[in-house]
Amino acid sequence: MSVEQEQAERTIRCLVAKVGLDGHDRGAHVIARALRDAGFEVIYSGLHRSPDEVVQAAVQEDVDVVGISILSGAHKTLVPRILDGLREYDAFDDRLVLVGGIVPDDDQPELRDLGVDEIFGPGASMEEMIRYIREQAPER
Amino acid sequence: MSDLVDELLAGKHSALARVITKIENRSEGYREVVSALHEHTGDAEVIGVTGSPGAGKSTLVDKVAARLREEGHTVGVIAIDPSSPYSGGAVLGDRIRMASNAGDMDVFFRSMSARGSLGGLSTATTDAVTALDAFGKDYVVVETVGAGQNEVDIVRTADTVAVLVPPGSGDDVQMLKAGILEIGDVFVVNKADLNGADRTVQQLREMLHGRSTAGHHGASGNEVAEVARTDDEGRTATANSWEPPIVETVANRGEGVEEFLAALGDHGDYLDRSGGREQQARDRFAAEIRTLLREDANGLLADELDRQGGLDAHVDAVMARETDPYTVVDEVLAPLRECLSDR
Repeated sequence: MSVEQEQAERTIRCLVAKVGLDGHDRGAHVIARALRDAGFEVIYSGLHRSPDEVVQAAVQEDVDVVGISILSGAHKTLVPRILDGLREYDAFDDRLVLVGGIVPDDDQPELRDLGVDEIFGPGASMEEMIRYIREQAPER
Repeated sequence: MSDLVDELLAGKHSALARVITKIENRSEGYREVVSALHEHTGDAEVIGVTGSPGAGKSTLVDKVAARLREEGHTVGVIAIDPSSPYSGGAVLGDRIRMASNAGDMDVFFRSMSARGSLGGLSTATTDAVTALDAFGKDYVVVETVGAGQNEVDIVRTADTVAVLVPPGSGDDVQMLKAGILEIGDVFVVNKADLNGADRTVQQLREMLHGRSTAGHHGASGNEVAEVARTDDEGRTATANSWEPPIVETVANRGEGVEEFLAALGDHGDYLDRSGGREQQARDRFAAEIRTLLREDANGLLADELDRQGGLDAHVDAVMARETDPYTVVDEVLAPLRECLSDR
């Protein structure tokens, strides 16, 4: 059974998703590339995805990390719908949910209460995010 | 572990996703899972789609999946991205083209990367198809860049192989000669609204006429040598041969998708009519068994070599011209050979 031992360190899979009517994907591209260079497998959703599509991608791709990029300010509407969808498909517990973009400080506690694991705002370093994912990626 | 199998068979999407993850990672217990799923397979129609980067594979697959859904079928898609940079990471972007099936859970789309793993990709693909088949998908589409032997092996696992050719210089078609031409059951000239599409169709037709009548599983040896009568479209109606049709599509506008599906259906009918489907399945399982045997035997030998202290001592001896590679192999395999001959 030596074949089964070859992948001692499993590959971490991350979804980088752009939700809603927000056409700014430069940040998401930079993050996707940085995660790739860190050795992760990155599934990039493309622009203007609905919460349903993000859930579909997160479930089917069986990602370890659901990264949601929102710059439009609609996080209080969109993020809860994604979290509900993940729970509906029994795909919430063993996944990290990260939100990146512009989230005012006042909104952060609410998102965390709903189940967001971490929020990375402007100025967050890539190293920080990669370290966080390595440390926090759920055991499976 | 059997929980996972039960959940998959019961139609739980996250269980199907997790099984494919286990297959990809070859994590502990994946063999038992795939074994348990095997008896539940055999009903899915498997379609391979290949072609050069940018030919429009993902876009066409998206439209095909949407059309199949309209007809009431369920669809699984495995999109393989062979790029595996040095970091081992990858950005898998085929999902971006999935616009027509947004939020439709009955299109199960999964991106897989090559991960530079020991040519194990075709095994992983075969097993992932098994999982989707057991889950109950009516159609499973395997999509990959047609860039080399690895990819050819992957699409060979399909019942019907479609090769996409973008219109362009004759060089593109020339390139296809090397291997890709032989595996196509259906050819698609996508982006047929572009200049040069007619010429590409024409070149393709000429080259296909020069090809033998055997299908992409032509090595099976029981092909009936029958001269195919072809009409102007390059099709034939003879029972025991298949002349691949050329379909023109404009995938991003959905044009030609009907015709493409009809061509896939024709090939399916041909397989049923000619008995080719059973032969294909037999060939496929034989190949799968051979591959697994090779991998497992290699694993056993690698373990044995490690127990003997690795290859280094042998290499030293060969370097010093005290022995040679053939003799080393004979020595290493001697116990195994004895074991087998003693039975």
